Amino acid sequence: MPMPSAVTLTVNGAEVSVPQGATVAAAVAMAGQPCRVSVSGSPRGPLCGMGICFECRVRIDGRSHCRSCQILCEPGMDVKTDE
Amino acid sequence: MNKDCTSPFDVLVVGGGPAGMAAAMRAAECGMNVGIVDDNARLGGQIWRAAVSSDSHDKEAAKWQSLFGAASVTTLCGKRVFHQSEPGVLWAEGSDDLIALRYKNLILATGARERFLPFPGWTLPNVMGAGGLQAMVKSGLPIAGKSVVVAGTGPLLLAVAAYLRQQGAAIPIVCEQAPWSALLRFAGSLVKWPAKIAQTFRLKKEMAGTPFVANSWPVAAQGQGAIESVTISRGGSLETIPCDYLACGFHLVANIELPSLLGCEIRGGYVNVDEFQQTSLPGIFCAGEPTGIGGVEVSLVEGEIAGLAGAGAKSQAQRLFKKRAKLRNFAGALDRAFALRSELRSLASPQTLICRCEDVSYARVEEHTSWRSAKLHTRCGMGPCQGRICGPVTEFLFQWSPESVRPPIFPSRLKSLGAATAKAPEPVVVTRSSVKPRPLGMGM
Amino acid sequence: MNQFAYDVVIVGAGIVGAACALAFAERGLRVVVVDREMVGGGATAAGMGHIVVMDDSEAQFALTRYSQRLWQKLRPQLPDDVEYEQCGTIWVAADEEEMAEVLRKQRYYRDRGVPAEVLDPSQLKDLEPNLRSGLAGGLLVPEDGVLYPPCAGRFLIEQAQKQGAKIRVGAPVVKAGGGMVQLGNGVEISGQIIVNASGSCSPGLTAGIEVRKRKGHLVITDRYPGFVHHQLVELGYLKSAHSHTSNSVAFNVQPRRTGQVLIGSSRQYGAEHKAVDQEILARMLQRAQEYMPGLGAMSAIRVWTGFRAATPDKLPLIGPWPGDRTLFLATGHEGLGITTSLGTASVLLDQITGTKPEIPFEPYLPSRAAQEYAHA
Ligand SMILES: Cc1cc2nc3c(=O)[nH]c(=O)nc-3n(C[C@H](O)[C@H](O)[C@H](O)COP(=O)(O)OP(=O)(O)OC[C@H]3O[C@@H](n4cnc5c(N)ncnc54)[C@H](O)[C@@H]3O)c2cc1C
Ligand SMILES: Cc1cc2nc3c(=O)[nH]c(=O)nc-3n(C[C@H](O)[C@H](O)[C@H](O)COP(=O)(O)OP(=O)(O)OC[C@H]3O[C@@H](n4cnc5c(N)ncnc54)[C@H](O)[C@@H]3O)c2cc1C
Ligand code: FES
Repeated sequence: MPMPSAVTLTVNGAEVSVPQGATVAAAVAMAGQPCRVSVSGSPRGPLCGMGICFECRVRIDGRSHCRSCQILCEPGMDVKTDE
Repeated sequence: MNKDCTSPFDVLVVGGGPAGMAAAMRAAECGMNVGIVDDNARLGGQIWRAAVSSDSHDKEAAKWQSLFGAASVTTLCGKRVFHQSEPGVLWAEGSDDLIALRYKNLILATGARERFLPFPGWTLPNVMGAGGLQAMVKSGLPIAGKSVVVAGTGPLLLAVAAYLRQQGAAIPIVCEQAPWSALLRFAGSLVKWPAKIAQTFRLKKEMAGTPFVANSWPVAAQGQGAIESVTISRGGSLETIPCDYLACGFHLVANIELPSLLGCEIRGGYVNVDEFQQTSLPGIFCAGEPTGIGGVEVSLVEGEIAGLAGAGAKSQAQRLFKKRAKLRNFAGALDRAFALRSELRSLASPQTLICRCEDVSYARVEEHTSWRSAKLHTRCGMGPCQGRICGPVTEFLFQWSPESVRPPIFPSRLKSLGAATAKAPEPVVVTRSSVKPRPLGMGM
Repeated sequence: MNQFAYDVVIVGAGIVGAACALAFAERGLRVVVVDREMVGGGATAAGMGHIVVMDDSEAQFALTRYSQRLWQKLRPQLPDDVEYEQCGTIWVAADEEEMAEVLRKQRYYRDRGVPAEVLDPSQLKDLEPNLRSGLAGGLLVPEDGVLYPPCAGRFLIEQAQKQGAKIRVGAPVVKAGGGMVQLGNGVEISGQIIVNASGSCSPGLTAGIEVRKRKGHLVITDRYPGFVHHQLVELGYLKSAHSHTSNSVAFNVQPRRTGQVLIGSSRQYGAEHKAVDQEILARMLQRAQEYMPGLGAMSAIRVWTGFRAATPDKLPLIGPWPGDRTLFLATGHEGLGITTSLGTASVLLDQITGTKPEIPFEPYLPSRAAQEYAHA
């Protein structure tokens, strides 16, 4: 896959590089992580990919409940999947 | 941002998919002051969603992209509309801002979402919508070398399978729940729609080597922490296939939350429009999937008509009626061909979750006799998706009808909600040319 | 036993009707509950579920405290989804005037055996770090709690059913009294005693009841565990909430077991429609953010409204309705019906069975307005 200029961010503290224009959901998947833990404790990842289902929620720079499929990666973003 | 708080958009378009883009472009060509707003980070909607690394070219998309680029339209991406405080004023929220959008005429082009149906294992990571996985790949998820089972129903399955293969995925099988008889009838009827034929032909060629089976659907997904295999029902027997992803959607559900909030008349799950795409509310038009699931071509024509009508160019709009009539039949053909079979109602086990936000099982939901009762007593539908996923599920499983729509139609920050409902709104009011148009960067 | 199909026919499967059903069924009476829609779908579905001791009047105190005790007794039996938490209330004082009210309130509670602890500004900040600084202090009432009303209502109904009570939902009652109720579909159900527990709709069935609708708005957020720990209520609430003339809003925030934050509250007369009233909502959210600025950035998932059944003297109507020996009322609970449902049922049962009451029931008798009735 051709990589236009890359963006580096952290997912649960580990650095991930993604192509410019990639969403946070893609970065989380590339880091090999699910996005969140469901209310009864099971891991969840993106379902709809279009901002509807809220399964891809993560914490970005301390802000809870961000839909990672709708947000583009920015350099230095701190993404957490512990919610 | 713009300080001009007094003059509203002549035409405001909500939704930047094909319907919305076509509408905005046509209205702008008539000299109108036009704005377009979309929740996504870029325009293009579901089908023309910008690809991060694109090595294929959709001619149609490219054509519309350049037409759109030439028109002068104020583009607001990454903003979702969550409230209308009074006729003529919508409120949209971005990740850090709140915007009041004033309009004279409004075009609703809010598109559709996939229908999901619950089966054991459907909540495992890497079980996604068919369109959902496609969108993820377009937004940077590497798929080359991965094995993806595609399943569900609708023309979307083939399109997604073709796209994923082109991106280097292995597609062991595409499972379509509809029976061959219905598919053949559908294929036969395609003769009436020339462009569609070309499309299916192209898909066939690209799909060489991938088994496409009818009468087949997923019954369970298995895996530790993420999907590892899926069991499908195929011609009456079960088969388990290892995979990295399951891309699974059961056709589409129209996004009618915003039209409902505004009070547009809804019939049978779709927004009721007249020949100029005008809803039951004067000056409010609707185009694309919310008026009936018909695919990109009818969405485009409807968008053009709505844009022209919204700009007052009625006779130009009329010239497109014939084209639309032909394409609309296609919507009916789709609904008939991909009608859901009743076996799909019994896929969920008692423990299977129906509501993924609140983790409510089938057994708990089933005890109730209405959506409201299930919701109040089990929390089904009370999470942040506001019932957008489990609502259509319970509609199919139990024939429940959804509740009325209330603001906010998307979860929004408390301070945004407060500001949007206050008498004297303070936040930025955006109108003409307040925002630089963004590069679109589209492509399949 | 007699010519009646039931001993007791209860109209309304809200939390009050449900509590009455359980009390009567436990006493061995043949009970049926009739509701036009479902269990716990009225005000009970809209209410906050704050189980709170109040001190507007001796009678209000008696009923709320007695009821709270009954909830505490029931607590070991409550299933998980009732979400009962004894989180305590903090009455928040913004200024010295409200601090004086804190001290008065504490004395009042202490004198009547209710634990209550005065908090200075730093203790308040320790307990609730997300409250704004500069507040004067507060009063912690640790025995207050919260629960999830619709499931509490359902639990009470299920317990009643185990004792033989019947439940019949889906048809409205169009007439109640004279030893029977008539449903919209023409069916008649006879009962020796008819209980009108139809909440804010009760005047529709019993003409002359002084109950008015008092609309309220609530907002719920996504999950933010640990943001708030106690039910927080501003003391200005006492001044504004009970004003019978104007619309009012007050800071009133509740921690849900889910980690969600439930935000109230508003009070309006004369609003008959369920639709969200923007001006009131905006004022309510403004007030909430003044006390807890951090709320502003939180994601609001949903807004809804509900109708309280308000009486002129802020006390419920519990007891026989003058002029119809078969008809009893259990309505008019305003903003306290979740709390006082259990006490209401017990008071009504005592009246009907002639048992020595746990608390004096005269203040709640419907006859208090219509003076002509003398309790037998
Ligand atoms: C997931 C998915 C994948 C698809 N993939 C294909 C494919 O590969 N090939 C194919 O032929 N067809 C595909 N389709 C069908 C095709 O997308 C539609 O036929 C076509 O896009 C319809 O265009 P539209 O403009 O009506 O809606 P859409 O393209 O759905 O556009 C609607 C837009 O409105 C926005 N929106 C909605 N509500 C709000 C709001 N309140 N505030 C702000 N913005 C809002 C959405 O974010 C979206 O961008 C797909 C459909 C879906 C749902
Ligand atoms: C915003 C708000 C916040 C509140 N917060 C609290 C709180 O924190 N703590 C607290 O203790 N209380 C609170 N309350 C008050 C509490 O919710 C009510 O007092 C309580 O729910 C009343 O219960 P009910 O059973 O009397 O009435 P309802 O729950 O309204 O039940 C009446 C039932 O009667 C049925 N019915 C009506 N008419 C007919 C008919 N003709 N035929 C058949 N059935 C009929 C209805 O369908 C309904 O189910 C609050 C109320 C509101 C609105
Ligand atoms: S994947 Fe559904 S909202 Fe992001």
